[in-house]
Amino acid sequence: MVFEKIDRILEEHEYKHSAVISIMQDVQGIENYLPEDTLRYISEKLELNLTRIFDIATFYKTFSLTPRGRHTIRVCSGTACHLGGAVKNLEQIQRTINIQEGETTDDRMFSLETVNCLGACALAPVMVIDEDYYDAVNPGKIEKILSPYRLEPEV
Amino acid sequence: MKVPITIDGQMVQIDKGAPIIDAAKKAGVVIPTLCYHEALKPYGSCRLCMVEILLNKQRRLVTACNFPVEVGMEVFTDTAKVRHIRRMIIELLLARCPDVLSLHAMAKQMGIKSSRFKKQDSTECILCGLCVRFCEEVVGVSAIGLVSRGIDREVATPFKVASDVCIGCGSCTYICPTGCIEMVSDKKIPQMRIMKMGQHSLKACINEFQCETCPVGKEFFEDMRLVIAEFRNN
Repeated sequence: MVFEKIDRILEEHEYKHSAVISIMQDVQGIENYLPEDTLRYISEKLELNLTRIFDIATFYKTFSLTPRGRHTIRVCSGTACHLGGAVKNLEQIQRTINIQEGETTDDRMFSLETVNCLGACALAPVMVIDEDYYDAVNPGKIEKILSPYRLEPEV
Repeated sequence: MKVPITIDGQMVQIDKGAPIIDAAKKAGVVIPTLCYHEALKPYGSCRLCMVEILLNKQRRLVTACNFPVEVGMEVFTDTAKVRHIRRMIIELLLARCPDVLSLHAMAKQMGIKSSRFKKQDSTECILCGLCVRFCEEVVGVSAIGLVSRGIDREVATPFKVASDVCIGCGSCTYICPTGCIEMVSDKKIPQMRIMKMGQHSLKACINEFQCETCPVGKEFFEDMRLVIAEFRNN
């Protein structure tokens, strides 16, 4: 099932070696991470060294080799956000969902990441969940921001 | 097409597009390198081969191992700028790998007694990529690669598990300039060779080094036979 989808993605990119990053991004879209078998399959189909693919997968922060939650929380810790209290927000999130940075909750609902700048310094401190931006976050708002995502029905 | 260039005042004729280091060799000028090897494509990761060039009335620093020569180029290998940058690189490398003897020898040659930077947790790998490139370009199996980035970058096998393509040739051990890859044998299986880098095991051959029955090994040996035959004919 998954491999069929990968085949389709590979065909879309015409098995080009130059498109390997786009291919991996699209493939990651299926399961939200890159399992070992998937990378081995891509390597075999593209006839590209597994070492090269593993290099790319570990080089870029976008790619994850461990399972990620359905929603990714990105907390900006750039200069403006840091001064605005990003650390306190991060600590509050860690307390609320009981995970550390770079981890995923046991129910695979949330993953927590920090990023260095989101380019929205005027809105500091910023956090992003999936594609939604939240500005001027403070520890008191965290629960209110997170709760709608918890209630979302399974897709 | 040959082009004339000067290296430290010496006139040299060299093929157009050849790297500066080839011209330097012709002129008998020694340029220190760590990541350069004649059998491999230039990579430019150690930055030790920095030289100053004067081209189109502009002076700049370039890596000699991969910068192609051009008509009218003047190369200087021993200016204050070059010495300064080489010292800096050696000091940084010494801070990373304080236990590597070859680096200490190089430092001594340049008149450096100790590194001014804080010493790191001992590693012997300088990430020159020689083993990785040798495995890819010459051996042709790509059993090891560079993974992660920045301070986490290291040489490892995919997924950091025993490689299923390594043929146990030991080239990586041989080519490593700092000697950080060790070849050890398994006491239980006499033919078993394992490459070790610090705590990592780079390989364990699945075929117990029965190269005659291994598809990868077979191809490699046939290639080697051709290469040797060609060499003898010449």
